[in-house]
Amino acid sequence: MSFEGVDFYLMDEMLSEEERAVRDMVRDWVDSEVMPIINEAYIGRTFPRSLIPQMGELGFYGANLPEEYGCAGLNNVAYGLIMQELERGDSGLRSFVSVQGALVMYPIYEFGSEQQRKKWLPKLANGESIGCFGLTEPDFGSNPGGMLTRAVKDGDEWVLNGAKMWITNGSAADVAIIWAKTGEIDDVGSIRGFIVETDRAGFSARDQKGKLSLLASDTSELVLQDVRIPDANLLPESGGLKSPLKCLTQARYGIAWGGVGAAMACYCEALDYAKNRVQFDNKPIGATQLQQVRLANMLTEITKAQLLVLRLGRMKDAGTMTPFQVSLAKRNNVDMACECAREARRLLGANGILVEYQSMRHMANLESVYTYEGTHDIHGLILGQTVTGHAAY
Amino acid sequence: MNSIVCVKRVPDSEARVTIGSDGRSIDPSGVKFVMNPYDEYALEQALLLKEQAGEGRVTVMTLGPDAARDTLRSALAMGADDAVLLRAEPPPDGLVVARALSDAIRGREFDLVLFGKQAIDDDNMQVPAMVAELLELPCATVITAFQLHGRIATVRREVEGGHEVVELELPAVIAAQKGLTKPRHPTVKGIMMAKKKPLEEIDVELAPSGFEWLDLSLPPERPAARIVGEGSEAVPELVRLLRDEAKVL
Repeated sequence: MSFEGVDFYLMDEMLSEEERAVRDMVRDWVDSEVMPIINEAYIGRTFPRSLIPQMGELGFYGANLPEEYGCAGLNNVAYGLIMQELERGDSGLRSFVSVQGALVMYPIYEFGSEQQRKKWLPKLANGESIGCFGLTEPDFGSNPGGMLTRAVKDGDEWVLNGAKMWITNGSAADVAIIWAKTGEIDDVGSIRGFIVETDRAGFSARDQKGKLSLLASDTSELVLQDVRIPDANLLPESGGLKSPLKCLTQARYGIAWGGVGAAMACYCEALDYAKNRVQFDNKPIGATQLQQVRLANMLTEITKAQLLVLRLGRMKDAGTMTPFQVSLAKRNNVDMACECAREARRLLGANGILVEYQSMRHMANLESVYTYEGTHDIHGLILGQTVTGHAAY
Repeated sequence: MNSIVCVKRVPDSEARVTIGSDGRSIDPSGVKFVMNPYDEYALEQALLLKEQAGEGRVTVMTLGPDAARDTLRSALAMGADDAVLLRAEPPPDGLVVARALSDAIRGREFDLVLFGKQAIDDDNMQVPAMVAELLELPCATVITAFQLHGRIATVRREVEGGHEVVELELPAVIAAQKGLTKPRHPTVKGIMMAKKKPLEEIDVELAPSGFEWLDLSLPPERPAARIVGEGSEAVPELVRLLRDEAKVL
């Protein structure tokens, strides 16, 4: 069965022909290339690496960055639709593409020199190189400004020391964007970004063990011990905590779309099951009030979330989107997706705990998505600060 | 290496088709339309041949309504160079379609005309061979393999109970069976480039047809499955049902 998605409010009419075509292409690709292998990858706790070059060839990485650097030059709605469809497959897949595009290619594009852009963006766009983003540390998650990683200038080199945690693609990466303080440990303004090739002496990555979420995704801890890089690897335009936060705004934007995709996958699975699963008096469970309200709630929340991201995308393209609006969409849509996944899993009864059905996989994945890139709670506090003027974190 | 690939806009094979109020047509509302899957194998073959030759054009052509532009755009997104829409409501008569296509093909430069072996909507399997006849070209249908040596194409055809291998001299007409190629997904860049590629639209006057649809009906609904028992104990009952009810024994 191919995936049909959810379009209760005829949102397709608000998409251009190209936006629909990109969405349909990714949808077909996920049906034919991802769905047949994702369960095994998930159970086997491996990221399906065979998909990396395909996704590069199709143009998923940094798809909203300019064509002159080998990217697709898409608008942000089409980019968002790619994220939606990838997360319909699995959050691990969307995470991979989010990190590559929004957290590795974007900072090189936004804060890098022309030379750095030309060197890195084409091979990150085609998947020849894989990247990761090192901001979070073992003791600094929601409070990244407290980071302990330092970069000290030594002649025409920088020497990096520190540890980074919860790094998606960490052990597979050829290159890491590492954020480090170049000044005193309490000088948040001295944070700069560095391009660190992972084969440099002193760089190591270790897979995070014991995850119960995002099993089809590499999550690692990075250790930098006297890693020496040339001055040319500093991202010249980066400066202060706002630089990595700008990257996170890009990634969160894609996550807000991704939440819609995961929720759609769960809703469609639940709806299909409700129509076909027969209990009591030979009637499908979809004929009961209980499951109908469950489905109606899911449909309602998905529709609201779709309208939210479409409007957000149009504002991003117009240059009027604020990070606070992104916080609202990430917070709402991922929470909504968590709820849909949980409700779908419950509707599926005992079958819902099996990997043959998607909902529990999404449910487990989404707990990570709820927590990463600004937790649900922190985004609430960002919004609280935005409307009251008082920072409460 | 110039190819012309003829494609058709058809309802998705997974679409739940309903019959229109006239009883003679399908109701298109809510039905997803796609490129005929067999045509995708043909298009992929044409794209591969162009890539292998390192030169040439792939033109994609369809006879259909305005909405068939989407089908052409998706072919352009896969990599075709230009497209021709012969604007007309597709008639049920394969010969009328074949005449319109061959009139549009004649006069163009081409080495190969490619089709899917059949359209999955009316399943007539007529048009490829008719076009070949009208253009007086050699033709091989239901092909599962294609190799080119100079101007000689060696193709493998699926025939009842086996395969046959035939040679054709270009220019020629071929019709693809499943398995000929694995159609590529269009790339994001391909989709964005598709709108910039030429799409020629021609209003065509169709020849009068000797063919009319009188009635369309859906197959009877399948009754629910029954489990008659488990293991060897179920065999006598199963045999009885197959003999007395299904009447297949």
